[in-house]
Amino acid sequence: MNSELQDEPRAAAALVARQAEVLEALSAILPAQALLHRREETTAYECDGLTAYRQVPMLVALPESEAQVGAILQACHALGVPVVARGAGTGLSGGALPHRAGVTLSLARLQRILRIDPLARTALVQCGVRNLAISEAAAPFGLYYAPDPSSQIACTIGGNVAENSGGVHCLKYGLTLHNVLHVKGFTALGEAVEFGSEALEAPGLDLLPLIVGSEGMLAVVTQVSVRLTPKPQLARCIMASFDSIEAAGAATANIIAAGIIPAGLELMDRPMTAAVESFVQAGYDLQAAALLLCESDGTAEEVAEEIERMCGVLERSGATKIEVSRDEAQRLRFWSGRKNAFPASGRISPDYMCMDSTIPRRRLAEMLRAIEQMERTYGLRCVNVFHAGDGNLHPLILFDANDPDQLHRCERFGADILETSVRLGGTVTGEHGVGVEKLNSMCVQFSPAEREQMFAIKRAFDPEGLLNPGKAIPTLQRCAEYGKMHVHHGMLPFAHLPRF
Amino acid sequence: MACCPLPICPVSSALRRAFDRPAMIQEDTAAADPVLQRLVDQVRAAQSDGRALVIRGGGTKDFYGGAAAGEPLQTGALQGISSYEPSEMVITARAGTPLPEIEHVLAQRGQHLAFEPPHFGAAGAEGTVGGMVAAGLAGPARAGAGGVRDFVLGASVLNGRGELLRFGGQVMKNVAGYDVSRLFVGSMGVLGVICEVSLKVLPIAPARSTVELSGKQAQALRQVHEWTRRALPISASAWHENTLRVRLDGALAAVRAGTARLVEEFGVGIIEQDAARAYWNGLRDQQDAFFASGRAAEPGATLWRLCVPATHPPLDLPGSTLLEWHGAQRWLFSSAPPAQLREIAARAGGHASVFRAPQRGADFLAPLPAPLERIHRALKQSFDPAGIFNRGRLYPWL
Repeated sequence: MNSELQDEPRAAAALVARQAEVLEALSAILPAQALLHRREETTAYECDGLTAYRQVPMLVALPESEAQVGAILQACHALGVPVVARGAGTGLSGGALPHRAGVTLSLARLQRILRIDPLARTALVQCGVRNLAISEAAAPFGLYYAPDPSSQIACTIGGNVAENSGGVHCLKYGLTLHNVLHVKGFTALGEAVEFGSEALEAPGLDLLPLIVGSEGMLAVVTQVSVRLTPKPQLARCIMASFDSIEAAGAATANIIAAGIIPAGLELMDRPMTAAVESFVQAGYDLQAAALLLCESDGTAEEVAEEIERMCGVLERSGATKIEVSRDEAQRLRFWSGRKNAFPASGRISPDYMCMDSTIPRRRLAEMLRAIEQMERTYGLRCVNVFHAGDGNLHPLILFDANDPDQLHRCERFGADILETSVRLGGTVTGEHGVGVEKLNSMCVQFSPAEREQMFAIKRAFDPEGLLNPGKAIPTLQRCAEYGKMHVHHGMLPFAHLPRF
Repeated sequence: MACCPLPICPVSSALRRAFDRPAMIQEDTAAADPVLQRLVDQVRAAQSDGRALVIRGGGTKDFYGGAAAGEPLQTGALQGISSYEPSEMVITARAGTPLPEIEHVLAQRGQHLAFEPPHFGAAGAEGTVGGMVAAGLAGPARAGAGGVRDFVLGASVLNGRGELLRFGGQVMKNVAGYDVSRLFVGSMGVLGVICEVSLKVLPIAPARSTVELSGKQAQALRQVHEWTRRALPISASAWHENTLRVRLDGALAAVRAGTARLVEEFGVGIIEQDAARAYWNGLRDQQDAFFASGRAAEPGATLWRLCVPATHPPLDLPGSTLLEWHGAQRWLFSSAPPAQLREIAARAGGHASVFRAPQRGADFLAPLPAPLERIHRALKQSFDPAGIFNRGRLYPWL
């Protein structure tokens, strides 16, 4: 098929024939309305939350049962068709970008909540159930599902599993991995398979952490058993102002060093607070160089004790202003600014690119100074929000996508941020995933032998490479090309970079 | 509310010396490090001759897992804490670093390994951090805090080709590539040699108390789950011979209020601090009366570990049992045939494994369904193509 693809008209004809062949095979499994093949229907699936990358899929399959998912995978395996699983399509790294000659497997219709067990504090749900819907279903029992990615209204639990999604509360409550007990699904061959166990541990190698965060490349998950958390009786939030980013960064380190694990610990720089304040009027201190949100939750006694200790640490760390939420309305108002950081950035700029690297917290000031320098180098502005508790940084690079030069500068700016993060001992993605967006940056973070080991893992699960091919792990060839074209600070980026 | 003085131990948060040493092992470290280089050489030599290696740290868990034969590969010399940043809540240590050393260094800064790893072996024997990760065993705190896997952030490993590979890192949030470092937790050394690991550490809770309540197993199971659901800061529980013991860890106010509530509403008794510490440590290290008397009472019996969903009602087990992890881990001394116990565990939605047996058999773990067995074989092949590492330690066929 490769040699044919070089010849465009012939390739197009081959694709049409292939589409007919796959459509016929899948028609034996799904009713006609659950198989989209016309361009006007499939175009809706051409991208996920990262809209800069688009590709119309050859076919879209919309199964309604788990058995159908298995049958589709068997059929696709028999025909050698790539399959790209997709939840709500809210991912930010192009992980669900379709394959031109592949089937996009939309799992959004698998949305049954199968069981809420209040005594065991678990929920068993199908993969298309929305993150927030789990918490809503658990609410009558005083329980909720803790990981809260910002897209939680829309994103599905299956997508969360694929990306190992985080959120603002994961410092205290963990990532998706820490809150998933058991998943059921299918291999690339269409065999039913389970990973993990509601019994906390399963025999043999622990494959669950490989599946969680594998970006749909190792298996297709259709059912998830999650851990539920008792809803805290009370939550209060401190908003603290600092006259430098360094001071705010030091304050976060001091809180942790004092043995406190806040329920949330978020930092915003002045350009970011200015952008959100004009958008949602959260009551932010616009004079502050950096603003820290620090939350405590638990019983009334615990919260009172912790808030007092946190305030003490913040004062001693040089906070210029400290405000503690009086009631739930004010607490939510404090958070409204942080939670609207992305849309607020959309208001002050035609486009923005959201980065997602993690660095050791102590390198924060260094990182932000480097970003300031990059703003000058690339001639673009950048605003910063930071999950300060766990070192996960979201610089938002502001640009205009209609200007190809700005887009190009923005991409280089982003790559520079990621490589700087690796140099500071961090990682190119904290919670958004590699997808297609950060493939090149993976060349910097991992050695050829490490990447080859990851490919070997992929082959162990999916020998023919049919599940979401081309994502997450860059090929040796791609990295070689990236190395050639990309000279960083006068040297090849992955010659002698310290990695961790 | 009662104002009884509760046995709550405040933990000193002494902040002393900081560790600031060079970062982690990576691919070009070996040449500059003779200890590491010797391991690389040994693996490469074994690979080219197809010779089996048995990876060994402190040897405190030699009893655990299937029988593996071969030339020993000792990690004990690969020692030292590479970096420790209390304010980052991360410690990085080489595989042969003794576990007590790590725990001591953390305790000096008011932190700990929250999964409470067991210390096995005779008095004076010391397990290593590499062995802790490879065996993947956690102590009583597993139910509340999570398991070993939940705290591994990154690892440097040596695969069967003698390549030094680094996965994960020293940060909490990291989704770059597959989460390979966590795959090594509980892998029993079949994929490669763990050379260095980064672990998330947590502050030691400022307060702790332990209470006890008499009751049958079914009642104890219900009770402990009712309590955890009410957001009481319960960190561990154990039931044996009609006594439920529950440990609370947390902020001073929360532990004080929680303990008082359990006393008033449920009439629990409070166990004095030293006795409580001895109890939980005994359970963690299997020095407790249950483990000691079980061995004595039925000398030929096997110690079985049954992992089942925590809320599953009492199992009809042929022998003496002790429940941990709110019911998710159930210990049993029994001479019953393995198939019978495997069947009981499977019907309950879990599995049974041999923990200690008078004679090592080939049936350490429950068998795997066909697709998982295929994936296991393929993963083994991908890390260790010549099949040199710990043959038979996890499964006889691996």
